[in-house]
Amino acid sequence: MTGLRGVRRWLGDHLILGLGILVLVYTFVPIAVVVLMSFNDSSRSRNVYRFQEFTLDNWLHPGSWANGMWDSVVLSISIAFWATLVATLLGTLAAFALVRHRFAGRSSANLIIFLPMASPEIVMGSSLLALFVSSGFGGQLGFWTILIAHIMFCLSFVIVTVKARLGGLDDNLEQAAMDLYATEWQAFWRVTFPLVLPGIVAAALLSFSLSFDDFIITNLNSGQSVTFPMFVWGSAQRGVPMEVNVIGTAMFLIAVTIVVSADVARRRQAKALAA
Amino acid sequence: MTSTAGVAPVPVADPVPDLTEDPPRGRRLTGYWLILPAAIWLGLFFVVPFYSLISTSLYDPNGSVLTGYEMTWHVANFVDAIGQYKSQLLRSLWYAGVATALCLVLGYVLAYAIAFKAGRWKNLMLILVIAPFFTSFLLRTLSWKLILADDGFVVNALQAVHVLGPDARLLATPFAVIAGLTYNFLPFMVLPLYASLEKIDGRLIEASSDLYASPLRGFFKVTFPLSMPGVVAGTLLTFIPAAGDYINAQLLGSPNERMVGNVIQSLFTTQGDYAAAGALSVSLMVIIVAAVLVYVRTAGTEDLV
Repeated sequence: MTGLRGVRRWLGDHLILGLGILVLVYTFVPIAVVVLMSFNDSSRSRNVYRFQEFTLDNWLHPGSWANGMWDSVVLSISIAFWATLVATLLGTLAAFALVRHRFAGRSSANLIIFLPMASPEIVMGSSLLALFVSSGFGGQLGFWTILIAHIMFCLSFVIVTVKARLGGLDDNLEQAAMDLYATEWQAFWRVTFPLVLPGIVAAALLSFSLSFDDFIITNLNSGQSVTFPMFVWGSAQRGVPMEVNVIGTAMFLIAVTIVVSADVARRRQAKALAA
Repeated sequence: MTSTAGVAPVPVADPVPDLTEDPPRGRRLTGYWLILPAAIWLGLFFVVPFYSLISTSLYDPNGSVLTGYEMTWHVANFVDAIGQYKSQLLRSLWYAGVATALCLVLGYVLAYAIAFKAGRWKNLMLILVIAPFFTSFLLRTLSWKLILADDGFVVNALQAVHVLGPDARLLATPFAVIAGLTYNFLPFMVLPLYASLEKIDGRLIEASSDLYASPLRGFFKVTFPLSMPGVVAGTLLTFIPAAGDYINAQLLGSPNERMVGNVIQSLFTTQGDYAAAGALSVSLMVIIVAAVLVYVRTAGTEDLV
């Protein structure tokens, strides 16, 4: 009887874990395809939705990179860089205000911050376009309008991420530093800031990938500029050049390396502190 | 003000600053200064644009981007737009609803496994949930086009076991669009669910089994109700963007699967009919807000943030 129950219990425990892992595997199937296709030699056939032959050419010969693709990648990187910088700065300040300060209108501020994350992108994108057109900037859509839009939608994600980190901190640590005669400023830079930093870094990473990847809002507010997702979209109508998959794979590898090494560093630090 | 029995209450200024009270005035102003830049940005580029969108939706439809629009309070834009694109609107809500339900089932299993069963692999699994974000959304969706292709492995396998007829296809069907939506928005479901499951005190679940609840009963009477904030947040973060999405319908569907996002996008960018596009966009937002209010009221969770 107990044996049977034990078996059922083991099965219960491992069944759910197994199913969870299956769901996780499913989310990686399309990524495996992107990686695979980055090694596909599509020069022999027009059918780009099929694996033809293994080649390293897509990786090794940047000269063969499709027309305009490299420019679109550079544009996306520079927009993502500036959007991340501004959104992380403004968002971190706002997160401090929301967690560490009490002021009138705090709860409505929290709501306004949640709304961009929940609004459909098409509505945000079209309302920004309506604003730009009605205020006479309709002809100047491009780098600046894309940047404005990206800072706008990254802000909420930064605020929420930093807020979560800050909310989990014990503010007695700061008090303790000040009891030990640190000035408010020293307590901030020596104690609070280093503890919040992982949250800020995570927020910046999230911002960068959201901005680099955005299509719907960008497409409405970009004018003649072509970002990387727009390049992919445009080429999807004709047939995607395999080099696009190289960029996708490289992005994935870089981001995962950063995240995993940050996690490893955090664990080492925790271990060192415990020892 | 403190008073003890027998002693006449003397009103004196409290000498000890009460730390639970509001901080002194200077610090209160600091809060405003810190949030001001972000508030201005969101005000100018998130709140004000909605006003522009609403006025655009009421412009005279006879204008164009080149000749300019006139504000004529043309409410009929809404009647025309909804009348003409009713099927796309309804289809968007339907697809997004089905995708959200599928996300909830898949996401719950994954979030539950991470929160309660993963042990020391918890962090790794969480990283893996976010990792797909780091390849392009569009590239991943294009991959599904390849995976579900007519002579692809999946279709061939399903035909071999006679689940699909010899001429049946997956691509360019509602199935493909809903599968794409489910796939793309799954992480938005998993993360809030995980956050909420993680907070549950394991002793409550143990207590239910001590009181002879079966694991299943324990789940539906204890775990699931306690995870409601995560279910609500995850459902909203999945349903709302999915209802406005047009990438999946465009890349994985056919013209028969067009959603309202496709229509708004093409009205704005290729047809240049800003008045109709604005009206449709406002309608989508109104429908979504109404649906969310009803849902949140029924689900009974007020603290979303």
